[in-house]
Amino acid sequence: MIRLPLVLLFSAFLFSAGVYGVLARRNAVLVLMSIELMLNAVNVNLVAFSRYLKDVALGGEIFALFVITVAAAEVGIGLAIVILIYRNRETVNVDEVNLLRW
Amino acid sequence: MTTPELVFSVLALIGAGGAVLLVTAKNVVHAALYLVVTLAAVAAVYLVLTSEFVAWTQVLIYVGAIVVLLLFSLMLTRAPIGREALDNQQRGIAALVGAAILGGLAYLLNDAFRGARIELEPTFTADVGEQMFSTYVLPFEVVSFLLLAALIGAIVLARKEDA
Repeated sequence: MIRLPLVLLFSAFLFSAGVYGVLARRNAVLVLMSIELMLNAVNVNLVAFSRYLKDVALGGEIFALFVITVAAAEVGIGLAIVILIYRNRETVNVDEVNLLRW
Repeated sequence: MTTPELVFSVLALIGAGGAVLLVTAKNVVHAALYLVVTLAAVAAVYLVLTSEFVAWTQVLIYVGAIVVLLLFSLMLTRAPIGREALDNQQRGIAALVGAAILGGLAYLLNDAFRGARIELEPTFTADVGEQMFSTYVLPFEVVSFLLLAALIGAIVLARKEDA
């Protein structure tokens, strides 16, 4: 038996840390790491609610697996873009990449 | 406090500590290693919540593949050391926003789910597989197509252009 608010608090903390990381970091790879943190927070919530609701279709678990898959795709594409930017601009700082800024 | 709750609390503290160190680390490689700590703690939390298949997928995909990918990209890009080089000037505002989100979520969730309890029963990987290939077979195919598209996209992006 686990109290549900404890799990939700852990997830909320991970999410807030991820938000702070995305807002405060300027290295693109660290921003991607913080995004992973937020996706993990969502997964913890999905699994916790699936267990809490005793879902026979296991929707939470399976959706968490889908989120992991999408996160893997996102990191693959994201890092390819980061490396491409580094090859062209010699930097991965998100505030120095302002080619599309109006 | 029951035993699963105690184990969960310890794991949650480890994971939260790793997350804080991750977003404040001065060295990018250390940040990646703190990410491993947090991801492993989350995987252990899945185990406590009896979702073993999700836990092992987390270990395989996140700790195994994604962190290695992040480390490789850190090696391929020149990453400086020091908070001034890694953080921007919005650190104060960012901390404020993060704290506001944490406070708001903690208040709302505690208000909405006070007294809610997770009764732990074992779930079986066989059931996950059965549901995945019956109820959720269409989303499964869509996700695999997305993964294929991402794979091709990453190859196209990272390939050297030979004119």
